[in-house]
Amino acid sequence: MKSHTITLTINGESHIVTVRSADTLLYIVRGRLGLTGAKPGCLNGDCGACTVNVDGWPMKSCLMLAVEAAGKEVTTIEGLKETPIQMAFVENFAFQCGYCTPGFIMNCHSLIEQHPDADDQTIKEWLESNICRCTGYIEIEKAVKSVLKRGAHLKAPME
Amino acid sequence: MEVIGKSVIRKEALDKVTGRAKYTHDHQTVPMLSGKMVISPYGHAKIVSIDTAEAGKVAGVRAILAGEHYYPLTGEAIRDRPPIAVDKVRYHGEPVALVVADTPVQAKAAADLIKVQYELLPVVNSPTQAFQKNAPLVHERLGEYKKESDSQPVPGTNIATHIKIRKGNLEKGWAEAATVVEASFSFAPSDHAAMETRCATAEILPDGNILIMTSSQAPFMVKRLIADYFGEDMGKVIVRTPLVGGAYGGKAPVQLEVLAYLGSKAVGGKPVKVLNTREEDILTSPCHIGLDATVKLGTDRSGKIKAAEIRYLWDGGAYSDKAIDITRSGATDCTGPYNIENVWCDSYCMYTNHPYAAPFRGFSHSELSFAIERTMDLLAKKLNIDPLELRYINAIKPGDTTPTRVLLNKSNVGNLQKCIEKVRGLIKWDEGPVKVVNDRFIRVKGVSCSWKTSTIDTDAPSGVILTFNRDGSINLMSGIVEIGTGTKTILAQILAERLQMDVDNIHVRMEVDTQTTPEHWKTVASRGTFMGGRAVLKAADDVINQLKEVAACVLRAPKEDLEIGGSRVFLRDDPSLGLHFKEIGYGYKYPNGNTVGAQIIGRGSYILRHLTPLDPETGEGRPGPEWTVAAYGVEVEFDKRDYTYRLVKAATVVDIGRVMNEKAARGQVMGAMSMGLAFAGRETFYFDELGRVLNPQLRTYRPLRYGENPEYLVGFVETPQIDGPYGARGVGEHGLMGMPGALGNALSVAAGVSLHHLPLIPELIWKAKEANK
Repeated sequence: MKSHTITLTINGESHIVTVRSADTLLYIVRGRLGLTGAKPGCLNGDCGACTVNVDGWPMKSCLMLAVEAAGKEVTTIEGLKETPIQMAFVENFAFQCGYCTPGFIMNCHSLIEQHPDADDQTIKEWLESNICRCTGYIEIEKAVKSVLKRGAHLKAPME
Repeated sequence: MEVIGKSVIRKEALDKVTGRAKYTHDHQTVPMLSGKMVISPYGHAKIVSIDTAEAGKVAGVRAILAGEHYYPLTGEAIRDRPPIAVDKVRYHGEPVALVVADTPVQAKAAADLIKVQYELLPVVNSPTQAFQKNAPLVHERLGEYKKESDSQPVPGTNIATHIKIRKGNLEKGWAEAATVVEASFSFAPSDHAAMETRCATAEILPDGNILIMTSSQAPFMVKRLIADYFGEDMGKVIVRTPLVGGAYGGKAPVQLEVLAYLGSKAVGGKPVKVLNTREEDILTSPCHIGLDATVKLGTDRSGKIKAAEIRYLWDGGAYSDKAIDITRSGATDCTGPYNIENVWCDSYCMYTNHPYAAPFRGFSHSELSFAIERTMDLLAKKLNIDPLELRYINAIKPGDTTPTRVLLNKSNVGNLQKCIEKVRGLIKWDEGPVKVVNDRFIRVKGVSCSWKTSTIDTDAPSGVILTFNRDGSINLMSGIVEIGTGTKTILAQILAERLQMDVDNIHVRMEVDTQTTPEHWKTVASRGTFMGGRAVLKAADDVINQLKEVAACVLRAPKEDLEIGGSRVFLRDDPSLGLHFKEIGYGYKYPNGNTVGAQIIGRGSYILRHLTPLDPETGEGRPGPEWTVAAYGVEVEFDKRDYTYRLVKAATVVDIGRVMNEKAARGQVMGAMSMGLAFAGRETFYFDELGRVLNPQLRTYRPLRYGENPEYLVGFVETPQIDGPYGARGVGEHGLMGMPGALGNALSVAAGVSLHHLPLIPELIWKAKEANK
């Protein structure tokens, strides 16, 4: 089994890790770095529970090899600190069991950054890549829209 | 102070949005060995040989286990399931071997090298087939299994149990019936598809303690069964359950825990983890039950139902496990929420070569409701009565009796007629069920009703312990598992209400640990709020008594003159004279150091009263404490050209007794509707002739995704259950139960053909249309 020593930048911190060629980013952030916020749900790209942010874009970390992430900026749910979308999920009861939540929040967070003025169609295209089995999605819709709306007002002063 | 009804933020909310929330698989100790299953690729086959030679050579492999006759048979109502298959496999996905290795990669590599030779056996591919006299037998030695007394297997057949309901006089009923309809319905098993796949770890310490961690709804049942199966001391089996990532009934059975235990035992007690892949979670672990049903209903000229004759053939799958209880539950409420004097029901749990069944949110009720509610619409059509009106005039009420002859009163049943009236308004039923959009599209509505009691063990307990912190805040410990329903937050609300204190000063322990947490039987059956809530109230009263005792001494006033509120004990006539909890929660310390009292520890426990098993011949008995009722509506936009449809609206009005947490309750109902619509509209296992499940992935087994959901309409009726905490009734399951019936009714009207199967995909509608031509 071939292994590689690589530097991963996760949540702004560099980590030197030795990984197999076949190790997924999910396997390494969870098993090696203890960042268990990203969840395995299918290891197949179907459910989105393992979604992280890579260079500003959402990425299912079960579909990315750890070696591919070298040299990229990876953000996991642990890297978000009191962001508006996290608070919106709390206020809108946008989770129940919470297992899909980190993946959903990372996807929503990326959406808000990439498309601060996203319309309904864009929101749907982005969020249909994750599965929530507990809620009826209305709460998640409310949460993401509350932040997008707020973001539109705050756009100028923020950046 | 009014905490009940408020949308109090969940106690674990911050953990869940920051990634700090820990589920079983997130707990990773070093070293932790990995267990990997080899599973059967066939539905029914003889195991000819298992060759592990190559697998054993893989680096890091510590043990390989195959089925052994000396392993105990497992199961709840009937002990019929070897933990690892012996001699033959009975379903696609059944564990055949378990590899224990240092890492998941090594375990998988070795498992892939195990060669199993099978000899195919004839497959029992449906409960109706299983019921035929000449059907192949799934269990040849059914008569030899250990079983509970109220399981009634029939040796020499595939019948795992048979529950009979014999109420009233059926002949008289049919004689009075002017209009009769009879119809059959069926659907195959499907899955819970919780986002967290099941996971269990086990470690056996040198002192004999067995540490298990598991994503389970029933950690106390794990403790009992591991002790029982393997002759271990119950006190030495310590089961921990952290947060659970969705369960819906699927995590009530005990399965992977046994494999982890056997795995650990094989490697000298080292910790071993068994984690399902998604495919294993769908195939190997227990699924959502299927059903073949025949329903015959007859009414008099006014539309009053006079007789019901029902046969349910439940697809229990290869092993009976909880399917026995599901079969009983289906018999208990077999008629749906209607007052019928003459009822005959045969509810059979059938063995088939399908994955075996776990409870599924609603525990037989969403399934039987599809059959009953479709028949109700057929009846309404034949009678030429408005379907909602037919339900209204037959709605169950206080004074009526249930199929098991429980006399209903104003407390133990909700107000169904009120629910029907409310749903009528919510979905604008009076505008008519069909609206033409254009040449191609029509919008169509369907309605349904449901009821449910919870048929749990007659001695099922729930306990709560409260301890004080030095700052006067309180820790709440209950054996309820936080599976996503928010029940533990509701327990904190109940405590805050009773003690008239700020709910923020109540700390809830989320993790269950069977050594230190009082037992809550299982987190199932929408019974957490009721039973856990009653235990909290008792514990709160215990705390109040102790607080007042110390305060009475310090304040030199009789206990009867004291009140509790705002984390203080004070004099009723002069609230300024009092003591804060922080001054007495650990005893009161006088200026000279003398102390009276001690740390206050409250205890409360509760067992449902007056429950009895069902009479084996007539079904008479009191299976549960109360019946929650609900009415539903679904509106679809139907494309007449290709039979596709879009979910427009889904409505549920449930008599919740008392809304405990508004947003949480609405979330429960909406989420349940979503799951019910997915079950009704698209989710099923597709089996081939070898009994193989062809779609064990989330791309071929498709839950609803964002944007596919309808607009949800939720209404509550509040008829208090007098002995429930603050009048509350269970609500976790009810949003789901009426969805298959309401969707089936809407689409039957839309397509102009009576639909009798699930899931209601366009192809099925097309087939029904073609067959009808």
